[in-house]
Amino acid sequence: MFEGWDAVVLARAQFAFTMSFHIIFPAFSIGLASYLAVLEALWLATGREVYINLFNYWLKIFAVAFAMGVVSGIVMSYQFGTNWSAFSDKTGPVIGPLMAYEVLTAFFLEAGFLGVMLFGLNRVGPKLHFLATLMVAVGTLISAFWILSANSWMQTPAGHTVNEAGQFIAADWLKVIFNPSFPYRLVHMVLAAYLTTALVVGAVGAWHLLRDRHLAGPRVMFSMAMWMATLVAPIQIIAGDQHGLNTLEHQPVKIMAMEGHFESHKHGAPLILFGLPNQSTGRVDYAVEVPKLGSLILKHSTDAPMAGLDTVPRENWPPVAITFWSFRIMVGMGLLMLALGLFSLLMRVQGKLYDSRLLHMFAVAMAPAGFIAVLAGWITTEVGRQPFTVYGLLRTVESASPLAAPAVASSLIAFIIVYFAVFAAGVIYLLRLMAAPPHPGEEGPSSHEAPIRTAGITPAAQGVGS
Amino acid sequence: MNIAVDLATVWAFIIAFAVFVYVVMDGFDLGLGILFPLFPDKRDRDVIMNSVAPVWDGNETWLVLGGGGLMAAFPLAYAVLMPALYTPMIAMLLGLVFRGVAFEFRWRTTRARNRWDIAFFGGSLLATLAQGIALGAILQGVQVEGRHYAGGWWDWLTPFSMLTGVSLVIGYSLLGATWLVMKTEGELRDRAYHLSWVLLLAMLGAIAAVSIATPFLHIQYTERWFAWPNVLMTAQVPISVAVVTALLLRSLANKYDYQPFFLTLALFTLSYAGLGISMYPYIVPQSITIWQAAAPENSQLFMLVGVAGLIPLILGYTAWAYWVFRGKVKPESGYH
Repeated sequence: MFEGWDAVVLARAQFAFTMSFHIIFPAFSIGLASYLAVLEALWLATGREVYINLFNYWLKIFAVAFAMGVVSGIVMSYQFGTNWSAFSDKTGPVIGPLMAYEVLTAFFLEAGFLGVMLFGLNRVGPKLHFLATLMVAVGTLISAFWILSANSWMQTPAGHTVNEAGQFIAADWLKVIFNPSFPYRLVHMVLAAYLTTALVVGAVGAWHLLRDRHLAGPRVMFSMAMWMATLVAPIQIIAGDQHGLNTLEHQPVKIMAMEGHFESHKHGAPLILFGLPNQSTGRVDYAVEVPKLGSLILKHSTDAPMAGLDTVPRENWPPVAITFWSFRIMVGMGLLMLALGLFSLLMRVQGKLYDSRLLHMFAVAMAPAGFIAVLAGWITTEVGRQPFTVYGLLRTVESASPLAAPAVASSLIAFIIVYFAVFAAGVIYLLRLMAAPPHPGEEGPSSHEAPIRTAGITPAAQGVGS
Repeated sequence: MNIAVDLATVWAFIIAFAVFVYVVMDGFDLGLGILFPLFPDKRDRDVIMNSVAPVWDGNETWLVLGGGGLMAAFPLAYAVLMPALYTPMIAMLLGLVFRGVAFEFRWRTTRARNRWDIAFFGGSLLATLAQGIALGAILQGVQVEGRHYAGGWWDWLTPFSMLTGVSLVIGYSLLGATWLVMKTEGELRDRAYHLSWVLLLAMLGAIAAVSIATPFLHIQYTERWFAWPNVLMTAQVPISVAVVTALLLRSLANKYDYQPFFLTLALFTLSYAGLGISMYPYIVPQSITIWQAAAPENSQLFMLVGVAGLIPLILGYTAWAYWVFRGKVKPESGYH
């Protein structure tokens, strides 16, 4: 009994670890692929050299990030079988087809056109090359569509029945795919990917503006990124609020954990700003709270009653402290993004967008904010779904593979060592690429033979890394 | 009832097709990784990598389709096989991580390039060995109780699975070597050409060894291959292998560019057909048939729509990508 429980915890740790590493790269490449398509379109439309320089500059970064996303993604797709075989058997008939459609409609599209996008500009000409870029960008979005549909079904299952073998079976595929939380999750995640990318692009632009405010490439990318932050950060906050209301309707227990509501409130619930949720005593220690505000936000009425975790059997409680804190981190990052967007708008209106060192330093500091928010958001929603894999229907302990703890422990250690070694190197290479500003005549990763040639102009070959 | 039976067979062929496309396509680029130490010159290595850099990602996607398709169409088989193959699967994934990032990383550093070359080689070798071992482990059968794998986490390790592991390393290397014959020129091509000879002989030995060992694994394999009148049909496989081998030897003797690679593909096809003959209709040999493992009809139908419409499209744009990067990779044009 105890040993089985141990293997489940280890399998969860492994899933959390590999998933956290993986999600960073899609979050970045979804946004970057769209950005590259926009840059190439602008280049084709205007013929301005700065756009193709920026395109080639970010293309090299995209190639490195995409490779890391691909390899960590293959790990995810097989982990369902290795560590969660009971889950695969039971939910395979519903989740499997959604993931198979992701492969058929998205992965092949991305992979098939990626080679032309990276190496084919001289071979196919600008128009076909733009088509390839567009296909890669569309592929990343289609991929987000299917994977969020599958994840949302696990959160708010719909359109299914259960057969005599205990397997979930689709009764209505449209209801499975467009399950109740799916639209909210998809919008929230795609916007998050765009914001994450904008913050990185903006930070790189700001970094080079801090050194030389006259560089054409950094001015263009900084301005574009700040527009994105200004316009999308407020939209994201609205989308997040709507997603929260949807969660309250379909996963009320998750909201109780996010809000730290151990106790029910008959006449209006407070908003707990900070505190230390204590799972064993069922209280939030050192809570700092605003009376009635919780009900106002979630129910749009100060006196609306709110049920707490005391109405839920303890064995169905998610880990409250993690959910509570990851949610606050995500919201905090979102508010900082809003501040950056508004600040940049103010500077833009005053004509100081390229001159305000304070703004540039703020933008550089915000480089990792999108990644932090995405990670925190995923932790909130995934940990908040516990102790179930399929919300309310299939428990996490009933989902794991019949494996001995040592097997899962050794693979977890192997993943940790390999991921840190490989992805640390990748991040160093990304930072090196970003440390040099885009040059006039910037080359891509590039034509068929050119990796040999580009080796001459990469920072590595210039001595930065060698 | 009838339609369910048909769907399971259809899906068995689709999964088999996806895995086969994976084996031959990622097979040759994994083979290039395995051959890397035999080409120590940096310029040769650049050419070798450039010969697949634009297409390897698409090649590897077939592995995701094979795994994802198995989970969707035969969830029970996926749930039994993956824990049974736990260690080889994890090893394969880690190998593919190293191999995949090496494609990008080695251009981004000069000091650590050698390290990523080793990662490319080691990752390719590990992934290939793991795939071959997994194949052997599936063929020898796994312990099943109810809907779960019931064996230990080292059951896969046997002399037979080691044999299939080494055989696949040889096979992928031959694919890689004949790919290089097709895609390169000059001294590099000559070395790949000589390697092809050696590897072809090793490959024939491997095919013979696996073919002889397999019937001893289980009486059902023996009956499938040798029982009268089955043998009239199954004998076609070794006969075809002999014919293809003769053609392959001739094409190598004539120093053809394209034929050795495509004939090696034919050799793979025949070996793969042989595996199919041994296994059918089991998806977990001796334990679970494709009908027992099949997902409910509506799942298989729902996906069939996508596969029927999309696979031709995917093959179309994949072929286009290969066409865009057709011809010999010329190292000199990179130096200006």
